Amino acid sequence: MGTAELGTDSGLRLETVDLTFAYPDRLPALSGVNLRIESGEYLALMGQNGAGKTTLAKHFNGLLRPSSGKVLVGGRNTASFSIGELARRVGYAFQNPDHQIFAGTTRDEIAFGPRNLGLMEAEVTDRVDETLEAFGLVEQADLPPAMLGYGTRRKVALASVLAMRPQALILDEPTSGLDRRSVTELMALLAAYSGEGRTVIVITHDVRLVADYVPHCAVLTSGRLVARGATHAVLRDASLLAATGLDLPPVGRLARRLGMDGADVPLDVVAFKRAYQAVRGGSRKTGR
Amino acid sequence: MPSIDIRDFHYAYPPLGQAEPHWVLRGVDLSVEAGSCVGVMGATGVGKSTLCQAIGGIVPQLTGGIVRGQVRVLGREARSTPVPDLAQQVGMVFQDSESQLFNLTVEEEVAFGPENIGLPPEEIESRVAWALTTVGLIDSRERSPYQLSGGEKQRLAIAATLSMSPKVLVLDEPTSHLDPRGKREIQSLVATMVRDSGRTILVVEQDADWLAELADRIVVLADGHVVLDGPPDVVLGDPDELLALGVGPPQLSELASALNRDLGTHFAFTRLDQAEGLLKEDLGGDR
Repeated sequence: MGTAELGTDSGLRLETVDLTFAYPDRLPALSGVNLRIESGEYLALMGQNGAGKTTLAKHFNGLLRPSSGKVLVGGRNTASFSIGELARRVGYAFQNPDHQIFAGTTRDEIAFGPRNLGLMEAEVTDRVDETLEAFGLVEQADLPPAMLGYGTRRKVALASVLAMRPQALILDEPTSGLDRRSVTELMALLAAYSGEGRTVIVITHDVRLVADYVPHCAVLTSGRLVARGATHAVLRDASLLAATGLDLPPVGRLARRLGMDGADVPLDVVAFKRAYQAVRGGSRKTGR
Repeated sequence: MPSIDIRDFHYAYPPLGQAEPHWVLRGVDLSVEAGSCVGVMGATGVGKSTLCQAIGGIVPQLTGGIVRGQVRVLGREARSTPVPDLAQQVGMVFQDSESQLFNLTVEEEVAFGPENIGLPPEEIESRVAWALTTVGLIDSRERSPYQLSGGEKQRLAIAATLSMSPKVLVLDEPTSHLDPRGKREIQSLVATMVRDSGRTILVVEQDADWLAELADRIVVLADGHVVLDGPPDVVLGDPDELLALGVGPPQLSELASALNRDLGTHFAFTRLDQAEGLLKEDLGGDR
């Protein structure tokens, strides 16, 4: 196994085997989860509030340890990694940016990770500049991140994780609090990152976001994995969506109401337009 | 008299070091009638949260900084009414709602406000039960707020505000961490509060689809002031204009534009019921 997989430029396979986890005095937050995320895969982890998405993700960077079962990173049991070893391979951006922000300036916040990887200072500076630019944070570089608005703090938190260029990147609800322009830019950045062969996991319940940008998804309900596959196949399963409390994007719901809900219920504007054109052509012809 | 009356409001946070003051808000005019629901949109950093905090008096009373113009809430000057006094009538749910939670159990969190204004125990209990039932957390009343998921914490922050029964409610991205079911629940909750109890609600939100179904009126902020103001169908009906302002349009209004462009139709819709009706008509009535 592994040496190639643990090289810095590749992705990383993440896998759970019969993973069960319970917080003290609570029912299990995860029950028997078997999920394998391939190296270089770009995956959305979906499910309702409290379904166990964040709990699952925290097993991949060692913040949580299984109650039973195991977690493999690059084929190796996380029990055999130190937190530091895991942290340099698996980057994790918290849902709440204030759980990770601490530095005096945005620049230092973003430099912290790369510097701790032991990179040369020139390389750190390059990465920081690149990252500030990519996230539109150049003007905020010398400001204390704690004083920035919530959406901007979220961007700082995401930027500081991305600057470490981890082999596997996990972002917990990265788009909440971001405006549309920032969402579009972030998703382009993630597509490019994934395009370099790295593993990217986005935790979200925004079905529209997933339908538009993320090719694969896994769905958790009450701590169990209930679906796993190509995004469009998973989202077209009406009974699954109903059972998991997720919703089709607005155009999908509209299509259902109009009876355009065969196997290919449209999930984005372009697909709806095509389907509508077909239905409309048909109905006009029969009308004549 | 409007519930919220903001006139030519300017605000700059205290400058850092020798820097020139940066005016976040530069001439906001916004008047909100009692019993209405106004949605506020705008790009990140445009000053939406600052505006919310000015309504609660937090800006500038707790933040310092430079103020011009005025913010009146229920007839009182927000700048000079003590924040705790305002807080009895103006409920605020912050964007990082987790920062609002500090009690050991869910029910204590919700009882905290009513206890502090000295309500009788039975009144407190009935408010706590109502607020927790409303947000769907009644079964979690003994739990620690820190054991809740992100979305549950958001609902708890809303419940803690509801238990004060405020006349004006300011919600700063109240659904950003909620799943679709939670979002629908908050939507119908807000609608009920406006329709049945005549509360005034100002809600900041990035999700235009959600807001279009709910708000009587949408206001878009850019460059420190209000640049668009009107009914949802009008303000949210031009996706290109919104995108230029950094605001995401409803997916249905993007759809209407796309259909109009490629099929030569003249659709204008932002809400699901509306879109369904118009498209059914277009396809020939009996479908």
